[in-house]
Amino acid sequence: MSQKILLTSKEVTIILHRLACQLIEKHLDFSDTVLIGLQPRGIYLANRIKSILEKEYQVQNIQLGFLDITFFRDDFRRGETLEANKTKIDFIVEDKKVVFIDDVLFTGRSINAALTAIQSFGRPSEVELLTLIDRRFSRHLPIQPDYRGRQVDTINNEKVKVCWQENEGEDAVYIITK
Amino acid sequence: MSELSVNHLLGIKYLTKEDIQLIFETADHFKEVINRPIKKVPSLRDITIANIFFENSTRTKLSFELAQKRLSADVISFSAAQSSVKKGETLIDTVNNILSMKVDMVVMRHANPGAAYFLSQNVKASIINAGDGAHEHPTQALLDSFSIREKLGEVAGKKVVIVGDILHSRVALSNIFALQMQGAEVKVCGPKTLIPKHIESLGVKVESNLRKALEWCDAANMLRVQNERMDVNYFPSTREYAQQYGLDKTLLDSINKEIVIMHPGPINRGVEITSDVADSQQSVILDQVENGVAIRMAVIYLLASKIK
Repeated sequence: MSQKILLTSKEVTIILHRLACQLIEKHLDFSDTVLIGLQPRGIYLANRIKSILEKEYQVQNIQLGFLDITFFRDDFRRGETLEANKTKIDFIVEDKKVVFIDDVLFTGRSINAALTAIQSFGRPSEVELLTLIDRRFSRHLPIQPDYRGRQVDTINNEKVKVCWQENEGEDAVYIITK
Repeated sequence: MSELSVNHLLGIKYLTKEDIQLIFETADHFKEVINRPIKKVPSLRDITIANIFFENSTRTKLSFELAQKRLSADVISFSAAQSSVKKGETLIDTVNNILSMKVDMVVMRHANPGAAYFLSQNVKASIINAGDGAHEHPTQALLDSFSIREKLGEVAGKKVVIVGDILHSRVALSNIFALQMQGAEVKVCGPKTLIPKHIESLGVKVESNLRKALEWCDAANMLRVQNERMDVNYFPSTREYAQQYGLDKTLLDSINKEIVIMHPGPINRGVEITSDVADSQQSVILDQVENGVAIRMAVIYLLASKIK
């Protein structure tokens, strides 16, 4: 198993700031917009983005929720059963612009599950996708990000691992070959 | 990966401590799901479940049906009174007929202890025991412990007293197994005629005085007097039972500490428990009902994930 670095801590910081700015360009004061981090690993990215928006760009009252899609997956009974994580959406989603935030976009099946899952909370006026890493040419479904950090070309036996300061002690993205 | 160690839910005694933990963690998530605007998840849309109740039930039957529908399963319900069982069809035949319609899972309540186990050995489906005679009622015990965990933080180290007709109660036995497995201390309290003779061999102490039992415990599970299972008179009158073993507000207030009051239902108001206690702040009786749906969703989901 070998690992090579794709993004260093400095590069991650720059990308996060750029993504935050792109969000502000589209969503302005976020009064009609809510951010939804996808469990399990999208929540770290979502928290960071919220933090940058609030501290660096003085956007007030951003609504951030977490959505777990385990019960909406299309591979139930077809492999390992995963443990679910917490869903916490304390606000109305009806008629709001929803931005899904996830760390890596791979086949697109998680996002498909998320699109169904969010309907349990209401009917968003529109849904966008923000992803730190976009694994090009790996999609199983016609799903693309609206905001992307870095696009990479990877093969099937490679895994993209996003590390966060809060969890693994550093901000970095690695490509791991199994 | 997280899986149950069993393929059926026949009784608490077949489960491990880790199974119970997994069921509780899964039920936490389902409890959040049933509080959403749309209370459904699509996970079991390719599964068909038959509910076969040979004994009366309101709560358990509705609770199972609701849990199954929230998981998007197809549900068929069968109650013995309106069926060919009256024409003399055997249990195995009844169930196999149902299974021929491609049913994946069976939830059964039956008057004979061991009926669910018997079924699991003789038919090809995942079996959930919804109560077999006076033997076990595993989902009730799971939701009872889940409710204690919700109110008190955890079950380990807690003191729970089960009050009433222990002799005929499958709820009592399943609760004893479940609570002990999680590290709680259990006592039983009731008329001597309704306490099984060798219950202490299960590691359970007997307390004949209700006040003492309540002063000792952190949670009290009040059981209904099972008149339908009584072939002889176990106590002189309902009034005497209520006087000695019924819980009323005066007694509860005099206990000087906050204990959790539970009852599996249906309540005989004025017998095991008075209305003001049942409706008090300390009572989690309605929470038990809500938790019942979440727990049953968790059990059905986890068992279904093992059906390939």
